[in-house]
Amino acid sequence: MRKLILLALVLGLLGLGAFWFVTEPANAVARGDATLEQGGDAARGRAVFYAGGCASCHATPKQEDRLLLGGGLELKSPFGSFYAPNISPHPVDGIGRWSVADLANAMLAGVSPDGAHYYPAFPYASYARAKLEDVRDLMAFLRTLKPVEGRVRDHDLGFPFNVRRTLGVWKALYLDRTPLRDGPAQDASVNRGRYLVETLGHCAECHSARDPLGGIVPAHRLAGGPDPEGEGWVPNITPKGLKDWTRGDIMQLLELGLTPDGDSVGGSMNNVVRNMAELPKEDRAAIADYLLSLPPRDGPQKPAKK
Amino acid sequence: MIRGFVAAGALALGLFAATGAVVAQNDPIAQRKAAMKAIGDAGRAPAAMLKGEAPFSLPAVQAALTAMQNAGKQGPALFPETSKTGGDTASLPKIWENKADFNAKLAKMDADATAAQTKIVDEASFKATYPELLKNCGGCHQDYRAKR
Repeated sequence: MRKLILLALVLGLLGLGAFWFVTEPANAVARGDATLEQGGDAARGRAVFYAGGCASCHATPKQEDRLLLGGGLELKSPFGSFYAPNISPHPVDGIGRWSVADLANAMLAGVSPDGAHYYPAFPYASYARAKLEDVRDLMAFLRTLKPVEGRVRDHDLGFPFNVRRTLGVWKALYLDRTPLRDGPAQDASVNRGRYLVETLGHCAECHSARDPLGGIVPAHRLAGGPDPEGEGWVPNITPKGLKDWTRGDIMQLLELGLTPDGDSVGGSMNNVVRNMAELPKEDRAAIADYLLSLPPRDGPQKPAKK
Repeated sequence: MIRGFVAAGALALGLFAATGAVVAQNDPIAQRKAAMKAIGDAGRAPAAMLKGEAPFSLPAVQAALTAMQNAGKQGPALFPETSKTGGDTASLPKIWENKADFNAKLAKMDADATAAQTKIVDEASFKATYPELLKNCGGCHQDYRAKR
């Protein structure tokens, strides 16, 4: 009997140790890496900013200047409400004291400067595969923006989701930090589109179905599904859903928000269009080329209209 | 005999059309959807021109602008409190929580389209002015329409 209790204790401790080991936040770059401070290009960073859709969540709500990044937007999810933080260069309320290494660890590994996990509502699962140079350029751009006062409130999540350490398990299951490589036989435009769609653009974050733990289901990647932000349905953007769409149609949607049937997109896609419109035309063409090069995938069955 | 038949048919058709109109007038959801669909239908030609898939046509552009003006003018009356639900509507409750903002956006669509009627005279002015107008679509669809 005593042996059994001892065994249970040892196993329990081992389990706890394993949990602690698995959930330990791992950085992408060394925290104090000062070499990253060199060579950032704000003009290139501006394109990274719009490709990454930073303003969609971090711009101060209810005003028109999308470069005021005071945060505060509420993102509802099945796990509770997230509030986008202030990422303006304000030294106290924003990220004014961050190094490039801090931003790299946030975007590429989902780890905060004080070593805690971020929630994947911040789409680092996509950003993680982006280039370090892009992060460096983005920081150069962010530093040119206006500091905004005001700290954003904490997220409002239920147990166990409010224990950040548990996100280590989520990362072990879903976070792939290998940099995205170009496909071997594809043309430059498809590869550029692939990079924009799969990393910075984080299209799959909304346009894919998720499992109960909030991980993207690979078989349904970009094939649409229930709206993670609400009650609607997000469309399939593989050739299965874009059956009648031409390259020009996709480019026009990304620039002006128009669909080929004369409708205009709404919801959070409206902000995506405002971001994409700021990119060079070649980038919108690249996104179209990549989406049209995808294998047609089926998404989950859309429920019948009530 | 044949004449009578045709007359009866015409009468029936006329009655049918009249009833349809009456129904639509009491159905703001159907009416506002028709107003939006008119913009979409008229907007396809200018969209093709922007893509470079159709030659520039001023009358087609003006028709799209007219549809925007109409929807902007009729809009405020087509969202009465009684039309929040019922029928197949993608209108979100937010409309009625922010009615002043919503109506202001409809008025802006009308005013911008009216200004564009005189501003757009050729292909160059079309390409410079029309894309700006389209931002008004997203202005409402972002907050006030459900995803489908």
